Formats: sequence, structure tokens, C-alpha cells
Amino acid sequence: MSHLLREHAPITEESWGRIDEEARERLTPALAARRLVDFSGPLGWQHSATNLGRVATVKAPFTGISAEQRRVLPLVEARASFAVTRAELADSDRGAEDIDFADLDRAAHDLAVAENAAVFHGWKAAGIVGIAEAAPHKPIALGNDCERYPRHVAMAIEQLLAAGIDGHYGLALGPKAHELVLESSEHGGVLLLDHLRKILAGPLVWAPGVEGAVVVSLRGGDFLFESGEDISVGYLAHDADAVQLYLEESFSFRVATPEAAFALTP
Amino acid sequence: MGADQYHEPPDELPAETRTFARLSASLTEEAEAIGWYEQRLAVESDREALAIMRDAQGEEFKHFCMDLEFLLRRTPLWREIARGILFQEGDIVEHGEEAEEQGVEGAAARGAPLSGSSSLGIGSLRGAVQ
Repeated sequence: MSHLLREHAPITEESWGRIDEEARERLTPALAARRLVDFSGPLGWQHSATNLGRVATVKAPFTGISAEQRRVLPLVEARASFAVTRAELADSDRGAEDIDFADLDRAAHDLAVAENAAVFHGWKAAGIVGIAEAAPHKPIALGNDCERYPRHVAMAIEQLLAAGIDGHYGLALGPKAHELVLESSEHGGVLLLDHLRKILAGPLVWAPGVEGAVVVSLRGGDFLFESGEDISVGYLAHDADAVQLYLEESFSFRVATPEAAFALTP
Repeated sequence: MGADQYHEPPDELPAETRTFARLSASLTEEAEAIGWYEQRLAVESDREALAIMRDAQGEEFKHFCMDLEFLLRRTPLWREIARGILFQEGDIVEHGEEAEEQGVEGAAARGAPLSGSSSLGIGSLRGAVQ
């Protein structure tokens, strides 16, 4: 039995399948960072830290001994709890197609936002430095005039090229900027979305949890997401009315090449 | 048969692994039956008996294929490797080597879940359509 304790939940195999499928469907569109950064793993729940390949000198209280200690980045365990009523689970087993998974959907969104925010803006308490805060280039303000977005993105790419960062690029767009882009067509009816994709020669990604936007190199090796346990659904407790579950993952993230990204502030 | 199909204590196995083991055992039985009918057909001279056994062997072909399809649907890496080998013209061994290499490397690159994990198996989404 794994630490998720799924076998202890009063949930049938069929309903577990539907819960997992619902979680997968809700998470996949929102996990923007995974579309743009290098993903390694999953390495398992017992994987605790990322090797940084560096050491720090430590005092050795022994005669004739010098010492260095390995530096690692501990993985963070991120959890989003949710509940499913037992009445809904019973209806699921009867074959109902319209099961109320609203709380699961909320938890999935929260976890995706947290993962994106950690990758792009950092998570100080967890020792994670985000892509936007690590980028050394002076940010450009995105603003609300989305017809200027192609110019901003082109300037960002120019800066990346000047720093020797070649190749395709991706754009993580926060929800507000993404909505503006989707609604807009430029002069002549050309979709702004298509124009931006052509400039980037890469994907434009809806990224809940991102403030403004971030242009990143897609050449690989610059932004490293390490997964311990990939997102899973676990069991916490239950009573006569509801089952308490959670979405959980363990991960670390580090920026290997800060100059391979450019931040566009809101 | 009972619990003989389990290589590990059944109580310690997740329900989906027990189901997988049952269908794997079923696949083996269907393959054995196909082989047995093949031998019986080779030595039988009674035309009526031959017709019955051909019909029975056809049933086993169907059962084998249904078992196989179930197992492939539950095992994306197996399915991907099978796709590179089954119904292909040419050298079977060559296709096998290529399919294995591409399948395993592709799964690792996508962050496929560890064996026995109950994760959602989302992994990397690089290149996925949004």
C-alpha cells in the first residue's frame, strides 16, 4: 500500500477511475510550466532532494580534518485538499454522468496555479527561485494595449539573442493577457495569437498563476523541473457524508541559465 | 487456478494490478489453446471434427485479441512498442528493437509514471496541444 492510502477510502474502483480522470482533465490544460520547462522524473515519493553538484565548507571539530558538505535542493510537497460527497460517489457507481466534482476542480486549479507560480515567480520558503525573478534582463511592461504585444515579445527575443540564447521560444501568458490576446485581431484581421506564435517560433501558453508574461528559451537545459511523485490523488479521511481527498505532488525547480528568459510585467 | 496467477501476495497488490494479472493469465491460456487446436487440426482427418475445431480456434483468436487489447490499453508503453511491431511489413526483430528504443526513450522524456505508481501520469507536457 502506498502513502496515498487509496485502499482505505470508501470508493469503488469505478469511482476512483472517474476521480482520477476528472483530475487529469482539469490539471492538464492549466499546468503551463510543464509545456515550457524541462521535466525530469518522476523519481518516486522517497526522492527527497535535487543534487546541485555543489558543496559548502563546514567546520570539522577534528584534528587534521577539513570538510565540505553537499548542497541539495529539497523537494517541496504541495497538497490541495478537496472533498467528494458520498451521495455523489454512490450516484457515480449507479452510472450518473453529471457527478459534482466542483471541489476537485477547484483543488486542481489551485495546485496548477501553485506549480506555475513557483516555476515562474518562485517560492521563497521552499527555496525555489522563479524564472522571472532570476532573469537578469530589465523587464518590459506588457500593459493593456495588446496590439503592442508583438513588439514587446520581439524586443524580448532580441534581448535573448543578444545574450546568446538561440532557438525556439515559448511564451507563458497570465490569464488576463491571454484573454486580451484571444479576443484581438490586428489590422487586416490577422489573429494576434498567430502573429505571436510566428515571432516566437514556438507555443503560447495559458498560464494561470503567472503575472504578466514570460518569454523562455525552449532549447533545453535552462529550466529544470524535477518531479519526485507526480500529481496523485490520495485519501485523508471520511465520515458518513463525505470523503476527504487530496491532490499531491513533490517537486523541485531550479534555473540553470537565468539569461534564457525575459519577464514582461503586467 | 485461484490465486496461482499472482506472483506476489495478492493482499499487497492494488486492485488494478490484480485485474492486470487476471487478464495476463487469460491471454496465456488463450495462446495455449490456440497452439493446442493447431496441433489437433494438424492430425485430425474427420471433416466435421475439423470444422468444429476451426470454429473453436477462431473463438480463441478473438479472446486472445480482446485480452491483448485490454492489456495494451492499460499499459501505454506496451501499446506504443506494440504499435511499432504489429501489422508491419519487414524484419520483425528490427522493428522490435526500434520500437523498444523509441518507446522507452519517449516514455522517459514524457515523465511516464513509475511502475506500480498511482499517480495521474501527467508528466511533461512539452509539445502537447493546449
